[in-house]
Amino acid sequence: MMTPGLNRRNLLKWTGVGATVMVAGAMLPNFGISAALAADLGAGDIGVLNYAYALEQLEAAFYIQVAKTPYEGITKAELSNLKAIRDHEIAHREFLRKALGRKAIPDLEVDFSKVDFTSRKSVLGTADVFENLGVAAYNGAGQLIKDVNYLAAAGSIVSIEARHAATIAALRSGFGRDAAGGKNVNSKGLDAALLPSQVLPKAAPFIVTPVTANSLS
Amino acid sequence: MNNQEDFILDAIDPEVAEHIDAGRRSLFTRYAVPVAALGSAPLIIAASAQAAFAAGGLPKQVVDVLNFALTLEYLEAAFYKQANGSSGLIPQKYRQLFRTIGAHETAHVALLKGALGSAAVKAPAVDFTAGGKYADVFSNFETFVAVSATFEDLGVAAYKGQAGNLIGTPVLTTALQIHSVEARHAAAVRPLAGKAGFDGAFDKPKTKAQVLAAATPFLA
Repeated sequence: MMTPGLNRRNLLKWTGVGATVMVAGAMLPNFGISAALAADLGAGDIGVLNYAYALEQLEAAFYIQVAKTPYEGITKAELSNLKAIRDHEIAHREFLRKALGRKAIPDLEVDFSKVDFTSRKSVLGTADVFENLGVAAYNGAGQLIKDVNYLAAAGSIVSIEARHAATIAALRSGFGRDAAGGKNVNSKGLDAALLPSQVLPKAAPFIVTPVTANSLS
Repeated sequence: MNNQEDFILDAIDPEVAEHIDAGRRSLFTRYAVPVAALGSAPLIIAASAQAAFAAGGLPKQVVDVLNFALTLEYLEAAFYKQANGSSGLIPQKYRQLFRTIGAHETAHVALLKGALGSAAVKAPAVDFTAGGKYADVFSNFETFVAVSATFEDLGVAAYKGQAGNLIGTPVLTTALQIHSVEARHAAAVRPLAGKAGFDGAFDKPKTKAQVLAAATPFLA
């Protein structure tokens, strides 16, 4: 997606829950277009689903690029795992897009300029960040969901993200402590559970489209 | 005095607890907690949790779910304890993996027992050979990882199947935090049993009856 005129990377792209409302579009010269490009996640279950949809868009875009331009020295097994993960993220993205229907946020423009897709270390390191962020995001969002069917859907996605996290960890450092969760799991044997206000700033460096969570609570 | 609510509260990120609290006013109505008298959100969630959990214990539905989960965690914890203590079973390069998994399962048992207090079920008698079907489970690594992968996938499906019964309770987040750890375990063990870490883009839940049917052969 093209960015019209102004460099929107300089704008605050994600605003946290409870933060001052910021309508990014209103700051841009071309009102109509930018308002359409900006995305507010919405409220209630729709807001939670759009939040998940934004994260799945990010993950899908990442793995599409990874599979398109495999890093140097990639093994067959690595590529097949990464392609499988890509397909899962696309399936999650499309599932959420369908569930949201007309309430879905627009396609997000992503920015992977900090990722070196030729480097195994950079790609798998970024994958590790995305998967663990996804797990923590779904775990923390569960309590925000009111409809039991949406909770079930989120549940069937989050364990796949956790499986991805373990798979990526195994690619990075073999079948040791990290594959079982490593530092992502605390001394009580629990994964993290993060709120949107904690997750969005971590995803923000990778997303160009202004996304606001003004009503997500 | 029983401090079961502390286990649940400790397990929840304070910010999450605060947030949950803001969205769960119904808890207050249900348990008639005098929220106006309390100053901070963490205190409020503590009070609502106390109302929900103390004096006679947790709501029956939640007790049932947690005892069901505890039974599976007992099974897993005992399984890895025995495996990690079986010399010659686990190759050196996988020992850290199974030690970590075992430590997580033991932690889950402690967490659930703590949450349930006197309502906790006792550890079941186990038979990891499943009546002789897996006779070499603690001497043959191949058999061991096959059973391990089965337990982990079962755990994932079991927690997933119970999430709906926990909706609207502070226990849900804790259960989800265990659920994803079981999924990590499953994906770490499955490749050692010759499978991909995952099976499709969406994991399916199992009902309590389905889980018990799968676990029963391992209960003595």
